[in-house]
Amino acid sequence: MNRSVRWFTFAAPSRFYWLVGVLNPWFWTAAVALTIAGMYVGFFVAPTDATQGESYRIIFIHVPAAWMSMIIYLAMAFWAAVGWMFNARMASVLARALAPTGAMFTFLALWTGAFWGKPTWGTWWVWDARLTSELILLFLYLGYIALVASIDDMVRGDKAGALLAIVGAVNVPIIYFSVRWWNTLHQGATISMTAAPKMAHTMLTAMMLMTLAFWAYSFAVVFTRAQAMALERDHDAEWVRQLALGRKDSS
Amino acid sequence: MGSAFSAVYVRDLRLALRRRVEALLPLVFFVVAISLFPLGVGPEPQTLRQIAAGVVWVSALLASMLSVTSLYAGDHADGSLEQMMLSGQPGLVIASAKAAAHWTVTGAPLVLAAPLIGLLLDMSTAGLLTLVVSLLLGTPILSLLGGMGAALTLGLRSAGVLLILLILPLSIPALIFGAGAVGAVDSGLATSGHFSLLGALLILTALTAPLATSFALRIALE
Repeated sequence: MNRSVRWFTFAAPSRFYWLVGVLNPWFWTAAVALTIAGMYVGFFVAPTDATQGESYRIIFIHVPAAWMSMIIYLAMAFWAAVGWMFNARMASVLARALAPTGAMFTFLALWTGAFWGKPTWGTWWVWDARLTSELILLFLYLGYIALVASIDDMVRGDKAGALLAIVGAVNVPIIYFSVRWWNTLHQGATISMTAAPKMAHTMLTAMMLMTLAFWAYSFAVVFTRAQAMALERDHDAEWVRQLALGRKDSS
Repeated sequence: MGSAFSAVYVRDLRLALRRRVEALLPLVFFVVAISLFPLGVGPEPQTLRQIAAGVVWVSALLASMLSVTSLYAGDHADGSLEQMMLSGQPGLVIASAKAAAHWTVTGAPLVLAAPLIGLLLDMSTAGLLTLVVSLLLGTPILSLLGGMGAALTLGLRSAGVLLILLILPLSIPALIFGAGAVGAVDSGLATSGHFSLLGALLILTALTAPLATSFALRIALE
């Protein structure tokens, strides 16, 4: 038996489809279980914050969502680049499947941030460097989604999207630092978000649980979407035909 | 390589000269867009002075993005773009020449018109000077980035709006340092930092955007 790891085995859509079928129930289960655990610890176990009261509890969704929004952009750019360089179809499919989830988390981070800002800062929105760069990240996601959606030719869409994602990933640090520079020029920092308060252990636990839950959810939903995309792309392939026939027989 | 650059550049300028009204449209847009701001915000000189640099910069950004859509579209439609890419000349050179031609036709007039527009918005002399320098450094960045967007969206149905969505986030640093320079001079600070960063951005963009543009053109023409 060949002992060396065959990295590209699951680059074939049929094997990828099978692998996701095996793994995804676990990811969905983990996502639900971790969310319930994280919510329970976050809402019932974690103590009330001394200065912010109960409103701080949105942190358990806000911070993991913000983390995911950034990680998913990098993952998207990575898979898009792999798909472009090696002509690996499944990598391009993964990049496309990641984009809506990343955009959703970016939006969620902004939305929960607004809900958190209203009781603590007294305003829905400040043009703080972090908020502004998160908003620009949302624009980058929307640009990617719009570009790949408006190119009818699948291969061209994959490649053009990859180029845009790479350019975006290179630009993200430049944009972040220029926004920080701009913010410090305009006004002194009225609210410092960089100085993280010391956290109780239970708060940290809840946040970690929610982060893991978001990871599991991302895997599950992205894989499900990629599965559907693989079926759509290979709609005239033999393995899809077999799959469709098998489904019909068993039902 | 040099001859290919100048051939494409001169050809584009000549084409623009044949269609003078069309070439001046971005400038007209720029002036009209800026004159809307006093009507919308109110005519108080104090307010206008405060927003002047940002308004001029944002309008220059939009004027560049609106005009850059047609940078490759015409050549793509009549097949000459394909011939250029097949000519054996590096796509990098063609992309640079196209961006340079776009800047000469649309960016340079904006830079020249900016002081006049600034006067309408009650800008100070020092502010006007800084604005011109910042636009001089910044508008080439917009042409280079816009060229990349035009290549990515080549031949698509909603290329115009899509290009704006793709390129505006990438041009935010140029906007920040460009408009920020004027803000700095108005509050009595040195502008050298802003100009250095704008220059660095220009060099970085000039080195990378034509390469990305040539990749995008190859993807679009495959």
